[in-house]
Amino acid sequence: MAAVQDGPMELDTEKETKPEILSDGTSKLSGNAASGTLSSSPLTAGGAPKQEDQQTLIAVLQFLRRNKLSESVEILRREAGLEDQEDSQTLDGSGGGKGDRDGGEANSLLSRVSITSAAAPQIILSTSVTNEQLDVSVVLSAYSQQGDPSLYQVYYSGLKNFIESVLDCHRAELSQLFYPLFVHMYLELVYNNHENEAKAFFEKFGGDQECYYQDDLRVLCGLTKKEHLKGNEVLLDFRTSRFVLRISRDSYQLLKRHLQERHNNQIWNIIQEHLYIDIFDGMPRSKSQIDSMSGSFAGEARREVNKVKVFHGLLKEPEIEVPLDDEEDEAENEEGKPKKKKTKKDSMGSKSKKQDPNAPQQNRIPLPELKDSDKLDKIMYMKESTKRIRLGPENLPSICFYSFLNAYQGLTAVDFTDDSSLLAGGFADSTVRIWSVTPKKLRKVKSAGELNLIDKESDDVLERIMDEKTASESKILCGHSGPVYSVSFSPDRNYLLSSSEDGTVRLWSLQTFTCLVGYKGHNYPVWDTHFSPFGYYFVSGGHDRVARLWATDHYQPLRIFAGHLADVTCTRFHPNSNYVATGSTDRTIRLWDVLNGNCVRIFTGHKGPVHSLAFSPNGKFLASGSTDGRVLLWDIGHGLMIGELKGHTDTIYALKFSRDGEILASGSMDNTVRLWDSTKAFDDVETDDFTAATGHIHLPDNSQELLLGTYHSKSTPVTHLHFTRRNLLLAAGGYSSQ
Amino acid sequence: MTEREERRFAEVPRESIKLMAESTGVELSEEVAALLAEDVCYRLREATQNSSQFMRHAKRRKLSVEDFNRALRWSNTETVCGYGAQDALPFRPLKEGELFFVEDREINLVELALATNIPKGCAETMVRVHVSYLDGKGNLEPQGTVPTAVQSLSEDLLKYYQQITRAILGEDPHLMKVKSVSHDLDQLNRLLHMVKSLVQNPYLYLGSYVRSLVSSVMYCILEPLAASINPLNDHWTLRDYAALLLSHIFWTHGDLVSGLYHQILLSLQKVLSDPVRPLCSHYGAVVGLHALGWKAVERVLYPHLPAYWANLQAVLDDYSVSNAQVKADGHKVYGAILVAVERLLKMKALSLTLAAGGGSAGLPGTTTGAVGFRENSPGLSPPPEPLSEPPLGIASHLQAGGAGCQWEEWTPVSLPAMYCELYSFFGDSLAVRFSTDPPLGGAPSSRSCQPLEGRKEPASGAPNLENTRKMPQLTASMNISPRQDGSPRMEPQPPSLAATVPGRSLARSSSSSSSVSRSRSSSSRPGRSTSQSRDIFPKARFPLPQAGPPAFSFIIGGRQMGRRCQGRRFQTSFTPTPPLNTLPPRAYAHKLPVIGRVSKPVRRWTCSHYSLHLPL
Repeated sequence: MAAVQDGPMELDTEKETKPEILSDGTSKLSGNAASGTLSSSPLTAGGAPKQEDQQTLIAVLQFLRRNKLSESVEILRREAGLEDQEDSQTLDGSGGGKGDRDGGEANSLLSRVSITSAAAPQIILSTSVTNEQLDVSVVLSAYSQQGDPSLYQVYYSGLKNFIESVLDCHRAELSQLFYPLFVHMYLELVYNNHENEAKAFFEKFGGDQECYYQDDLRVLCGLTKKEHLKGNEVLLDFRTSRFVLRISRDSYQLLKRHLQERHNNQIWNIIQEHLYIDIFDGMPRSKSQIDSMSGSFAGEARREVNKVKVFHGLLKEPEIEVPLDDEEDEAENEEGKPKKKKTKKDSMGSKSKKQDPNAPQQNRIPLPELKDSDKLDKIMYMKESTKRIRLGPENLPSICFYSFLNAYQGLTAVDFTDDSSLLAGGFADSTVRIWSVTPKKLRKVKSAGELNLIDKESDDVLERIMDEKTASESKILCGHSGPVYSVSFSPDRNYLLSSSEDGTVRLWSLQTFTCLVGYKGHNYPVWDTHFSPFGYYFVSGGHDRVARLWATDHYQPLRIFAGHLADVTCTRFHPNSNYVATGSTDRTIRLWDVLNGNCVRIFTGHKGPVHSLAFSPNGKFLASGSTDGRVLLWDIGHGLMIGELKGHTDTIYALKFSRDGEILASGSMDNTVRLWDSTKAFDDVETDDFTAATGHIHLPDNSQELLLGTYHSKSTPVTHLHFTRRNLLLAAGGYSSQ
Repeated sequence: MTEREERRFAEVPRESIKLMAESTGVELSEEVAALLAEDVCYRLREATQNSSQFMRHAKRRKLSVEDFNRALRWSNTETVCGYGAQDALPFRPLKEGELFFVEDREINLVELALATNIPKGCAETMVRVHVSYLDGKGNLEPQGTVPTAVQSLSEDLLKYYQQITRAILGEDPHLMKVKSVSHDLDQLNRLLHMVKSLVQNPYLYLGSYVRSLVSSVMYCILEPLAASINPLNDHWTLRDYAALLLSHIFWTHGDLVSGLYHQILLSLQKVLSDPVRPLCSHYGAVVGLHALGWKAVERVLYPHLPAYWANLQAVLDDYSVSNAQVKADGHKVYGAILVAVERLLKMKALSLTLAAGGGSAGLPGTTTGAVGFRENSPGLSPPPEPLSEPPLGIASHLQAGGAGCQWEEWTPVSLPAMYCELYSFFGDSLAVRFSTDPPLGGAPSSRSCQPLEGRKEPASGAPNLENTRKMPQLTASMNISPRQDGSPRMEPQPPSLAATVPGRSLARSSSSSSSVSRSRSSSSRPGRSTSQSRDIFPKARFPLPQAGPPAFSFIIGGRQMGRRCQGRRFQTSFTPTPPLNTLPPRAYAHKLPVIGRVSKPVRRWTCSHYSLHLPL
């Protein structure tokens, strides 16, 4: 089995060529601008292939054949042919986690996975061979036209004059054209070796661009040679993906008429080839409306991508009989001891909760069955939640700050277990450390030899298997060979995931404090990983611009979520485990369907890389924080931005909703924790009449009203936030003396 | 825009590229170099941009070398080794040339290995929890507040304060007090510079804050810093600078606080009279006194000298290896005292003879001439010859007119007693500093003083902060010299070397004075990044006097481990021409910025054979 190959050569090309392959197909096969949609993941998407997808596939096949890679052709064709049959299949072999699944089904899933991953490297290999040619040809196809370089400035300023002279209501919309046009014209100049003209062009118009594109412009202005163009990912994306603009029909007609009158083919060609203009009927949008949505690498999201129905409701809670109070004491006394008779499911008295209409089917994706210990934990959770403090604007949570001392600027990630009993820290020195926050010490399980000696029938067997000698407050897990960028506890507290710069995700046992599995696949630094709220699945995202869905018992990913144009910086599971949200350096947030790997939402509006995400407990909303110091709130169901929380002055690395979702806490590099009134933020929008059809939001600038409090730490950036089950806010960060 | 942007980027000039190519033996054409330079710039920029993501994901604000290396590694480029420190490495400019470099100190591995104070390992990472906010309001501890002393300030001043503290201490508001910075020389240096700016700010009425400023400065002067333990740390410069600053504060703001002068003197005196204090504190006290003027020296240092001398002498006479460090410190103090006393004598002499027209005329001239002047005693020791061409001759022409002659006329009144006493401590060192007419040479002293001035110039390139306190009153030397002729013979010589021939005794003294000068000069150069010259404090050892053949060879073996030109080993041998040998000393003075001064005791009158070895 080819599995995933890890030579640096292929990896390099994997990254670089993936978009090219796609664009190769699309640019050849989609003549008109409007129809050229990019399939986000032709290799992994299991959904019914659209026309374009098939065309892309054909293009890839042609390419392979041309390069005499018959084996790859075979594999790809088989894969493509299989797709239709496997359409309806759900995530086989991944449910239950008990290995009691139907063997055939699991096999088919496995084989499918391996085919996918086998095909991918093959293509990669092939492209690496002809990388040079391919690159050139792609670029040629991207910038085939060769206008007079000296006229570029004239063209651009002509358009600029026109846009500045149109009516105010259209000007804001048409101004969106400036940035993509500017970049493409500049790149064209650079590509055609008109270095001086390019510099002059940049000098003249670079200052006109929106301030939130400054970072990109800085990259751009350093680039004046065709040779440099080749290796630059950012610009590669720009060339190969279409910048999406949302323009009202009136404005578009205006523009079209102008360009046709002037016979301004240069600009018209760029618009045709490199821009995607999403035309809508109705009132043109205002400047503030546009500004709130723009800022990402590739423009706004198209409206239709956010139209897919998302089941954002919560799954039904499994019915567990909560023990009566007198038994409660007993349960607490004998903690750790399984109580089978009490936790028996009682299916009779469970109809009290109604099924959420927005919830996915209970078995939409297979979830692991609850173990006894899980049920016990659920009981604990329910008991705790009855003692939960009801938070609100008048009743703010207390904050406990966990400071990491002597971390020497090396603390990179923190996580708490759901019950707040354990604390894990990832460090730049590639270690993971675990602390017990409760007086209960961390103990290892005894070695196999010693385990043989104990009486397995005894009542306290779970206690006996622990090695008392190893009890300590903290444990160190060594295994990574690069900084650990994220850690995530499994919900049952038996496992810990860590992702690292070395390209792996590791699964650690918290019973033995050893590494169980190293998941290799990213091959580039893995920035984030997160366990599903039901355990078993987890998601990871990294520098290779894809997020991967894994199951703990598969060493290869089950899904690859490809589509981001830059690093995937953060990943989160939806509370119902059916969706995954990823934030990226391309300044977008995407929501992916775990079932079929499709991208179901693209949220644009951030002006910097997204570094934190949080779902509201009811699954309806998403909060995201980025380097620009703003928190944005999103309505998942409608695919809309519904709030902007301004206040932080530095990157927001931590976001968390309180247990009931009334308070949103955000923690940042600026050494503050801020609390926001999320109830109000959501209510304000819900009372609004949704202009959902157009997707045009009008955000009230009410950050100050929503801000409930700002809390300073002592020169300690806030890396993680966590609400305990009783709604005490725990914050964590590494003290930095400088 | 482009140009502005481009200028914001670091650029590698094509000259550097060519230089690099040449170092590997490749010859590049102009064109290729230009292209390469541009490409290198671009790649550097790209790597930097890539490295920033590693910083962001490590949740840091500071880009580290590691981040950059990771970016390089992921782009299949060789990484940069050797700069993996978490903290920023001090990046220093060289004043003379447009050169910037990362300080790269030599570490004595043997010393490190045999050191008794084993460095402690890094403290274990741990987690501490505290309830910061109760119910979102209660603030159990005041967070991020300013020290109480500051709270009473007005709005504007508070802003000013914040600006200053941020500028000095970075972002951390917890390092507010001097005490808490205490042992970081860099920080202290910065602090001193801040104090200086404060003092010099004409719009700031310091009022009662002078006292606290003074106390901070005094701290820098006197405190036995932890950094002093390491001989590599240049805390001497700090003390010198602080002393200078102290006098500056005193002269400009002394009127604001009554009794300040007294207080300072008292505290300095206390330190000086406390034998338990380490030598570096004593040094600070002496330098401080010196900076406060000769009156202070007379009032405090002079009466204490007899008592103090015994201690110092004990230190200096101990030749054991374990004592080497302390002894070096001792020499430092010795040098400082010597300079202070020298000035005392001169000023005293001057004050007595202010009436003399030539003297009053000469004095301002010399003081102004002292701007670019580095005090270096070699200049004070008897010069071989009047210089034919004074290199920079600021001072030389001032005195060329035979200042010496003028000064020769008067004789100090109360000086002799003081001088005699001091001489009993310093012996010929003092004599030499006072220039001293050579017993044998018989060259007219008026001539001898002239080259002194010329000699000093080569070294005066580095701006000398202390020049003010060191009046190049070489002129004064002349008048003492006649009387001084006899003194070497009358007074017993403190060091071991028995003087049989006057010429030899002179040579010895010159060597010791030169050693002093060396240490002083190293300490007094703020721009000098390394201060290793301190531990090569020369112990002048003389072989037994040989029968005096007219020809002598003079060898200075010395080594300065430093950044600039000191990295060499100097072996200078002079073949003296008994009648005025003009050239050699001049040439060497040029060549050897530091040692050159040491090399000066080339004496045409000496007829014995000396070898002066400056051990490491």
